Amino acid sequence: MKFGIVVFPGSNCDRDTFHVCNHVLGHKTVYLWHKSHDLQDVDCVILPGGFSYGDYLRPGAIGKFSPLMNEVGEYADKGGLVLGICNGFQVLLELGLLPGAMLRNKNLKFLCQFVHLRLEDNKTAFTRKAKIGQILRMPIAHFDGNYYADPGILDELRKENRVILRYCDANGLVSEDNNVNGSAESIAGLINKKGNVMGLMPHPERCSEQILSSEDGRVIFESVIDFIHA
Amino acid sequence: MIDKKLLDDHNLTHEEYDRIVELIGREPNLTELGIFSLMWSEHCSYKSSKVHLQKLPVSGKNVIQGPGENAGIIDIGDGLAAVFKIESHNHPSYIEPYQGAATGVGGILRDIFTMGARPIALLDSLRFGPLDKAQNKSIMSGVVSGISGYGNSMGIPTVGGETCFHECYSKNPLVNVFALGLVEKDKIFYAKAEGIGNPVLYVGAKTGRDGIHGATMASAEFGKDSEAKRPNVQVGDPFREKLLMEACLEATSKNLIIGIQDMGAAGLTCSTTEMASKSGTGIEINLDKVPQRETGMTPYEIMLSESQERMLIITGRDKVDDVQKIFAKWDLDAVIIGRVTEGSRLKVSFKGKIVVDIPVEAVVNLCPVYQREICRPASLSMFPTDLLPDIPGDLSASLLRLLSSPSLADKEWIFRQYDHMVQINTAFLPGMDAALLRLKDTKIALALTLDGNGLYAQLDPRTGGKAAVAEACRNLACVGALPMGVTNCLNFGNPEKPETMWRFQEVVEGISEACRVFDIPVTGGNVSFYNESEGKSIYPTPVLGVVGKIDDINKAVDTGFKREGDDIILLGTNRDEAGASLYLKLMHGLEFGPPPQIDLEKEKKLQKFLLEIISLSWIRSAHDVSEGGLAVCLAECCFSGKNRPGFSVTLEENMRPDTLLFGESQSRVVISAGKKEVQKIIALAKERDIPCRVIGKTGGKRILFKHNGKTVIDLDAGQAFSAWKTALPKIMAP
Repeated sequence: MKFGIVVFPGSNCDRDTFHVCNHVLGHKTVYLWHKSHDLQDVDCVILPGGFSYGDYLRPGAIGKFSPLMNEVGEYADKGGLVLGICNGFQVLLELGLLPGAMLRNKNLKFLCQFVHLRLEDNKTAFTRKAKIGQILRMPIAHFDGNYYADPGILDELRKENRVILRYCDANGLVSEDNNVNGSAESIAGLINKKGNVMGLMPHPERCSEQILSSEDGRVIFESVIDFIHA
Repeated sequence: MIDKKLLDDHNLTHEEYDRIVELIGREPNLTELGIFSLMWSEHCSYKSSKVHLQKLPVSGKNVIQGPGENAGIIDIGDGLAAVFKIESHNHPSYIEPYQGAATGVGGILRDIFTMGARPIALLDSLRFGPLDKAQNKSIMSGVVSGISGYGNSMGIPTVGGETCFHECYSKNPLVNVFALGLVEKDKIFYAKAEGIGNPVLYVGAKTGRDGIHGATMASAEFGKDSEAKRPNVQVGDPFREKLLMEACLEATSKNLIIGIQDMGAAGLTCSTTEMASKSGTGIEINLDKVPQRETGMTPYEIMLSESQERMLIITGRDKVDDVQKIFAKWDLDAVIIGRVTEGSRLKVSFKGKIVVDIPVEAVVNLCPVYQREICRPASLSMFPTDLLPDIPGDLSASLLRLLSSPSLADKEWIFRQYDHMVQINTAFLPGMDAALLRLKDTKIALALTLDGNGLYAQLDPRTGGKAAVAEACRNLACVGALPMGVTNCLNFGNPEKPETMWRFQEVVEGISEACRVFDIPVTGGNVSFYNESEGKSIYPTPVLGVVGKIDDINKAVDTGFKREGDDIILLGTNRDEAGASLYLKLMHGLEFGPPPQIDLEKEKKLQKFLLEIISLSWIRSAHDVSEGGLAVCLAECCFSGKNRPGFSVTLEENMRPDTLLFGESQSRVVISAGKKEVQKIIALAKERDIPCRVIGKTGGKRILFKHNGKTVIDLDAGQAFSAWKTALPKIMAP
């Protein structure tokens, strides 16, 4: 199994994600420079968190023009696994690989904190090692994580079981009070129609070791590993 | 051409001007005058503080680099070194809070990665005026957003710090930013311009007209016209700095660099002259080669600009190509603008003419050093304790009020705007006595804290200085970390006022004494004078940043109670000391001394004992008693504990209950432990001569204090928690 982590100028969770894939989980991992055109035969492309190109205009708005994004698009079309974490999710939205857009958080502030998430579907490559309804404790760290999509898209996401994670409380209750950033239908993570491109705002790489007070993020990486090895 | 007004504009005295003329053997031109005014400013030259700072202990077995470089460095074992420094950005943060704070973060980070170290943590010590004034709220909001905007984008976690409030910081907010980086011991880089003929490379962002005279601005009081100084504040671009950091670290890791210095305060002027001075060389630069953001800039403007995100690099001629390739990869300029020369002059050319030709030494090292006049203030607001006001009838209400005061209330409103987890080393979330960072692939953890108390230093500066060191070290001991090095930020008023200088001298001597007793070196720091607006000075505010190490991260303990039924133990003695307490200030509007006294030898013994019982894994939590006293300390242990267990505590000292509950006597720590360990702890304490006794038990849902058989505080733990938790968000709600 080989992970590839895209490095945009301004990525700042690339090294963290590398650490988890490589040192913690023990899998071959390479950095993919945004100006290159080579995906180096990886089994899963991860777009990490950060501020690609500073994100002064809109998160991911410039990142989508990076040369490597052509290859990432083709790779996704062919069914390759693409995981976007935080800023990576925002880039996937800008690329149109996932539907919808991100608005500023409802309190108009950057939010860095642990949240609870309810896992809505475990039949995907990214969640097959988890249980439906499982409650995960993971950190978020973003200014623009308030998911927006028009009602038609939200309908489709619901009908096709494509919402993977929702913000909730410690008992799994999804409500406006527990919807930390104001996302439509408390959506924290979703997947494309084909089931090979997923984006999520929480940071699984920040909670994959016991010393960091939660290991709930491992299940995402371990699902991918399991899927590739299956 | 050079008249009194021009000298005033440059903050130079007539005597200083005469000295410049004498040193360079002629009248300076305007650009040269500008260069001297920056380098001889208080901010860059330390001309008022130097004679006092020499008293600080700066050496020790772990010190790799003491004061005088971009940052201090200590050896932390495993082949690694910690590079750290604190700096103030007070003046710009008052004028333009967002950019002032943001560029403060940018500046301190450059100091760290200049030395080849990757920054892994930021902490900040913030002080604002009371939040019932709209201006103070807006300053705090802007400062927090600025730190968040810059640090988050750079991917450097802000893992801790402190925020306090007092009237004296209205119009004089303090923004002290601390950063720490890690580097392999044999890959440290310094600011030096070695090798005659070696090229001087300018890298990073282009030069604009922003921040001209920033350092001079920070070396004078503010009058009513301070808003007009907004153009003096630089504008930050964290994305550019992130690229600069990655490019510099790539170049240093490949050993392509001889010397490197960031262009912070005093920009191109400071970096060229300081590097040459350190190597005893000269330096020649051509301003036509300097990448410029604006057209028509004069030599004066280019030399004095404080545009952010720029560096100066000296490299070998054979390595220029490789360096330029790395910077091109990160889309940054890397342009040869000059070379290292023999002799020791700074020569600057512009459009074919030499516009500056001055001796480097004169600029860097021959600024006059002032032994400023010193005078002990006539009154230091001491008072006999029998004049204390009546004891309030309801001490439960007093505790609630203290817990919901901005200085003591939960600071989540602030720290959740900071990315405090990026780089995945944050083992303790913010809000503990110290931040704790694991070092990947080792068992080592670093503990970091910032601490200071302006009121103590106002009322008794020497004690204030000692207490700041003692408390910072105690914070580290509470998590189980041994203090290894100190950096300090000394915030004061106008040094030309004898009473300010007396306080400065006293604080420095207090810090110095404490550091000697605790055997920890001061590896650097920063002095910020002229924190005065419209004639009103801040309280002297020493902020101490201490870095400590714990050999086995699994032994670290935090503040929170862990289980119901654990014994609560007090280490240290409750003394009859109400002076300078937050309680007197908040409940009675009184600011009187003396502040709690400190016996440094006893403090040292206590910290050593604490480290010993933590390394034996005998205790489950530890928290030091500071502002708000014993009652607030215990409440905080409850709030940060798992499931927030209540507690019941019984006290028997013969003194006023309010002093006992809220007095701030030094050298006290509250710990909790299970039954089996308690007897061992008490026995060892006896052997080590440490005051130690069980004062209560965790459990239940109430916060309960009994004094001589009478219940003095009885609160629902949930209600108290909610008062503490919601206070700041309520005040800051739009």
